[in-house]
Amino acid sequence: MIETPDTNCRDVTANDSSGAERSLEVETWFVREVLPLEAVLIQFLNRSGRSKADVEDLRQDVYMRVCAAAYKEIPNPTRPLVFTIARNLLIDRVRHEQVIPIDVVENLDVLNVAIDERTPDRTVIAREELRKLQAALEKLPERERAAIIMQKIDGLSTKEIADRTSMSERTVRRTLNEGFRALAELMLREPTDMRRGS
Amino acid sequence: MTEDLTREKAPASAADVDAQAMDFILKRNLESWTAEDQAAFDTWLSQSLAHKTAYWRLNAIWSRADRLSALRPLKPQSTSSRPGPSRRTTILKVAAALVLFAGAGGIASTLLSGPRAQTYATPVGGHKSIELADGTRIELNTNTVLRARVNAQHRVVELLRGEALFHVKHNAAHPFVVIAAKHRITDLGTSFVVREKNDRLEVALLEGRARLETTDAQSSVKRVAILTPGDEAVATQQKMSITRKSNAALEDQISWRRGLLVFHRATLVDVANEYNRYNSRKIVIADETAAARVMTATLPTNDLTTFARIARNFLGLHVEEKGDEIVISR
Repeated sequence: MIETPDTNCRDVTANDSSGAERSLEVETWFVREVLPLEAVLIQFLNRSGRSKADVEDLRQDVYMRVCAAAYKEIPNPTRPLVFTIARNLLIDRVRHEQVIPIDVVENLDVLNVAIDERTPDRTVIAREELRKLQAALEKLPERERAAIIMQKIDGLSTKEIADRTSMSERTVRRTLNEGFRALAELMLREPTDMRRGS
Repeated sequence: MTEDLTREKAPASAADVDAQAMDFILKRNLESWTAEDQAAFDTWLSQSLAHKTAYWRLNAIWSRADRLSALRPLKPQSTSSRPGPSRRTTILKVAAALVLFAGAGGIASTLLSGPRAQTYATPVGGHKSIELADGTRIELNTNTVLRARVNAQHRVVELLRGEALFHVKHNAAHPFVVIAAKHRITDLGTSFVVREKNDRLEVALLEGRARLETTDAQSSVKRVAILTPGDEAVATQQKMSITRKSNAALEDQISWRRGLLVFHRATLVDVANEYNRYNSRKIVIADETAAARVMTATLPTNDLTTFARIARNFLGLHVEEKGDEIVISR
């Protein structure tokens, strides 16, 4: 079993050049190996019956710990580490919240076994990627979708979008902010992502 | 131990951290981004690993979403590269660099009188659109300075440094003149992009027609060329050459309008030079072997991280960050 890492992040973000280079390696690994697991990770965390905000906080915590470990050594394979950390974190939370019945802890092991073992396809071809982006866009609320289209397709700046929509620049900023975050969820959690390659 | 980790970093909720990361990404890409902004961003990143992972995650999506630009309709669409007669706008591209103090030299100085001069500029990494009194629109690329003397009768713009895309409101009675690197471009019914590069001028015409006039610094010999769509002219003080480019190549050339750099089998030296126009952090290619490597990619103008990653992971080169420089070597 893999221990939850306890690295202090200040050690690993030291501002020397090797630190910056290490950061780049960890980022590269994180984007390539960890992000494709987000769909399955969220599915796993959702089964704990927690609120959406809780699940997102748990995700943040998992990523943080996984990367703390990666600063020491890039894990290979990645998947077991991610899910061990997620599972330990859930057990931790459950133990600290006494209101939760103890059998939830036992169920966690069941959950662990039930993790989808199919590997998401990481070599998404350009056309497929575009199709995915379009599908994700279609699921966004109208205003967010319009703002992202104006930005990414028409290439407009915040100010230009504001001019065209008669929204204030502030509102455009907020709309783009929320839009891209929602797009991230849709892109990283699209269900077909998990089924492909099975 | 695990509690220590959590307590020490005490990251805000995931939603808040994500929103902060996204704010940085949006500001850096869509608005002005100063050295102070970069410093604030660096500080924020170093505060918590949660900040880093949030940024990595959202920045990856931001870059992936750039693929949506494939859905953007191309301006010069006709495969024949000859625009239909109804097409009213043209794009001409000229590049200019160090002519700044040379002024207009042999160019008729009367051109430079007339309406009061208005100066427009962008910083490194900047991108700005302006509209002149005559309805002409100009997009300034990174690190660009231009001076406009424009009213309904008199229309002269000097490109002092950098690159700009002109959408000229045509008026046969009062032609629109762009002066760059001591050369003169007269619009004959179109829009165009101009770039000045080390005392030489590059003009690429996407639509319409324009006339390029150069005067030899020594012999005062005048050369004139009429540019049609697809033509790219390069003029130095001594000579002028014209080549024909495909629509796709021209479109790639102005991808900076979308905040992108498009490279087709470009050597790493060329890639580094392009990147260095847009960023205060500079890419340095340390040896000839690395310099000669070739890559094909579409990348955000300010995304040095992705470039560094490509150099490392795909080209197998050594990447080292030294202060304000990213040094690439074999």
